[in-house]
Amino acid sequence: MAGDLVSTLADLKEKEALKIVGDRLGAGEEPLKIMDDARRAMVIVGERFAEGEYFISDLAYSGEILKAINDVVKPKLAKKGEAQRLGKVIIGTVAGDIHDIGKDIVVFMLDINGFEVYDLGVDVPAEKFVDKIKESGAPVVGLSGFLTLAYDSMKETIEVFKDAGLRDKVKVMVGGGQITEEIREYTGADAYGKDAMVGVSLAKKWIGAV
Amino acid sequence: MEKNWEELSSDEKREALFNRWFSPPDVEFVSPEAEKSYKERVTRLKDAIELKKLPDRVPVFANVGFFPAAYSGMTPQDAMYDYDKLYTAWKKYVLDFEPDAHLGLGIPGSGRVLEILDYKLYSWPGHGVSPNYCYQYNEAEYMTADEYDAFLHDPSYFFNSTYLPRIFGALEPFKMLPNLTSILKIVFVTPTLIPFGFPEVQNAFKALLEAGSEALKWGGFVRGYDKEMTELGFPNILGGFTNVPFDVIGDTLRGTRGIMADMYRRPDKLLQALEVVTPLMIKLGVSIAKMHGNPIVFMPLHKGADGFMSDEQFRTFYWPTYRKLLMGLIDEGCVPLSFVEGGYNSRLEVIKDLPKGKAIWWFDKTDMGKAKEILGDVACISGNMPIDLLSVGTPQRIKDHAKKLIEIAGKGGGYIMMNGAVIDNAPPENLKAMIDATKEYGAYE
Repeated sequence: MAGDLVSTLADLKEKEALKIVGDRLGAGEEPLKIMDDARRAMVIVGERFAEGEYFISDLAYSGEILKAINDVVKPKLAKKGEAQRLGKVIIGTVAGDIHDIGKDIVVFMLDINGFEVYDLGVDVPAEKFVDKIKESGAPVVGLSGFLTLAYDSMKETIEVFKDAGLRDKVKVMVGGGQITEEIREYTGADAYGKDAMVGVSLAKKWIGAV
Repeated sequence: MEKNWEELSSDEKREALFNRWFSPPDVEFVSPEAEKSYKERVTRLKDAIELKKLPDRVPVFANVGFFPAAYSGMTPQDAMYDYDKLYTAWKKYVLDFEPDAHLGLGIPGSGRVLEILDYKLYSWPGHGVSPNYCYQYNEAEYMTADEYDAFLHDPSYFFNSTYLPRIFGALEPFKMLPNLTSILKIVFVTPTLIPFGFPEVQNAFKALLEAGSEALKWGGFVRGYDKEMTELGFPNILGGFTNVPFDVIGDTLRGTRGIMADMYRRPDKLLQALEVVTPLMIKLGVSIAKMHGNPIVFMPLHKGADGFMSDEQFRTFYWPTYRKLLMGLIDEGCVPLSFVEGGYNSRLEVIKDLPKGKAIWWFDKTDMGKAKEILGDVACISGNMPIDLLSVGTPQRIKDHAKKLIEIAGKGGGYIMMNGAVIDNAPPENLKAMIDATKEYGAYE
C-alpha cells in the first residue's frame, strides 16, 4: 500500500513523496485529489513553522518539493481545479525595494491556505496597488519590504490609499526584515506580521475565515 | 633582529597589526590634538575588544550606508558616480558627528565600474533602482545545482569561465577562455592562447582594462580619504573584508532557495564546497588586513540567522566552516568582526566557542542581555541600537535606549555602541543622539 502523501510530504521526504505521487497517478487516481493532499501537507508545514518546529530552510525546501510534484501532476490535470477560495489578498514589495524572498514565502503560504493571491511583484508603485484593489475588490493588502527605505515607501503607499478613498475598504498588513510594531505605527498600517504564518492568521481574521 | 611574520605567534601578529593601526606609517597628524584623539580612539576600541582592561569609555561607531549622502543633500547615485562629492560628504559626516571610527569611502563603490562591466548581481541607483536608494541584490541561481562538481574541481576556472560571464554582461565572452593551467610545455602555449585572439574576447578584455583604470582612479580617492581622516584623528575600523563560507555559496552562487534545498538534496556537495571556499576566505581577509595595517576583518552574516535554519543545520552546515574561518583569521593575528544581521539568540551557545578577546560580535536584533551573559567573558559584543528607533524615533528615546544598552551590554567593558541594521537615511539628530549619548553615559570610572 502506498504511504500517506500528506504526512510524507509534511515530513519533507521528497523521494518518498514523489514515489507515492507516481504510484497514485499510475493507479489512475484523480490528479486533483493528489494536489489536494499536497496542499494539505503544505498547511501542516506552515503550522510547524508557526510553532517553531520548522524553519525558513524547511519552507523553502517544501516549496521546491511541491514544484517537483506539480511538474508531474500538472500535465495530467484535465481542468484547472475550481477550489473554494477563502478570499482575495493583494501582496507586493513596496516601491524602491526589489527583494522578493520574504514576500514569496507569504504568497506561497496564503495560496496554500486557500486565499486567492494577487502577487504584484517587487518595486510596486502605490498606484498599482490602488488599481488592483479597485479591480479585484480584495479586502486585504500586504506590503512587504526588506530595506529601511520601505518605511517611508509603505507610509506613502498607505497615504495614496487614503487619497484614493480606499483606506477604510482594505486592511493593510506590513512585514519584512526590519519591520516592527514601531514601524507599523509609523506607516499607518493595521497590523505587522513577523513571519508568513502571522500574515495568514491576519488574513483569515480579517476575511472572517477563522 | 626582528622576526619574520611567519615566525610570530598569533598574539604577536595581532599586536603587530594593532601597533601599525595605532602608529600608521606615512601619516602627519594635523595637530597634536588630532594625534591624541586618534590614539585614544584606537586604544578605546582595542581595550573593548581584548577584554584585558577597561576602556576609558564605551566606544561608539555607526554603520552608515548611504547616510552621509542624504546628510549632504545628495543621492546615492551621486555618491557612486562623483568621487569628489563622495569624498566631501563622507568627510563632512565624520567631522560633524565625531564617531570613534569610520568605515572609509569604499562601501558605495563605483557605479562607473559596474556600468562598464554591465554588472548583474546587483541593481544600483539609476540602474534598476531609483537614484535615491542604495544598491540591491538580485536573487538568482548564478551557479546551478549541477555545477557543484565543476566548482569543486577548479573554483578559479569556474569563476573565470562560468560565473563572471553570468554576472558581468561585458565579460560574457570569457565563456570561451581556456584554463591557463593547460599551458604546460612548448606545444601547449600557442594553441591555448588562440581564444585570446577572438574579437569578442579582446573586447571583453578591453572592458576589463577600462574598468581597471576607473577602479584605480576610485582607489586613489579611497586611500586619500583614509589618510586624511587618520591625520584628522579618526581611525578606519575596517582592516579587511571577507565572507562566511555558507554565505559565499548562498548569497553569491546558489541563491537562498538553492542553498536551502541543497542542505536536503545534496548535503555532501554543499559541505565539500564550503570546505573549498574556507581557505580562500581566510586568505582574502588576512591579506587585506595586512595591507591596511589593521587587524579587524569585517564579514556580514546572512543565512544562519534565527529562523533561517534549525540548530542542527546551523551546527552541520553553517558553523563548522565559519568557525574555521574565524580561527584562521585569529591565527593570523586578525580580529574578526561579524555583522550578525537579524537575530542570533538561538546561536549564542554555539558561537561562544572561540578564544577570549579575539573577536567582535556586532548584533542587529539579538537580545543583548542574553548575549552579554553568554558571550561576555569571551568576546566583545556591539551594536543593537534599533534601526526602527533611529529611523522614526526621537532623540530622547534614543538617548534613553543608549543608556540602557550601556548599562546592560557595556557592563565591565567589552561593548561597542553601534546601530543594528545599516543606516541609509535617518534623521541626523537621531544618529547624533546615539553618538553623543554614548559619550555622555559611556565613561567608565
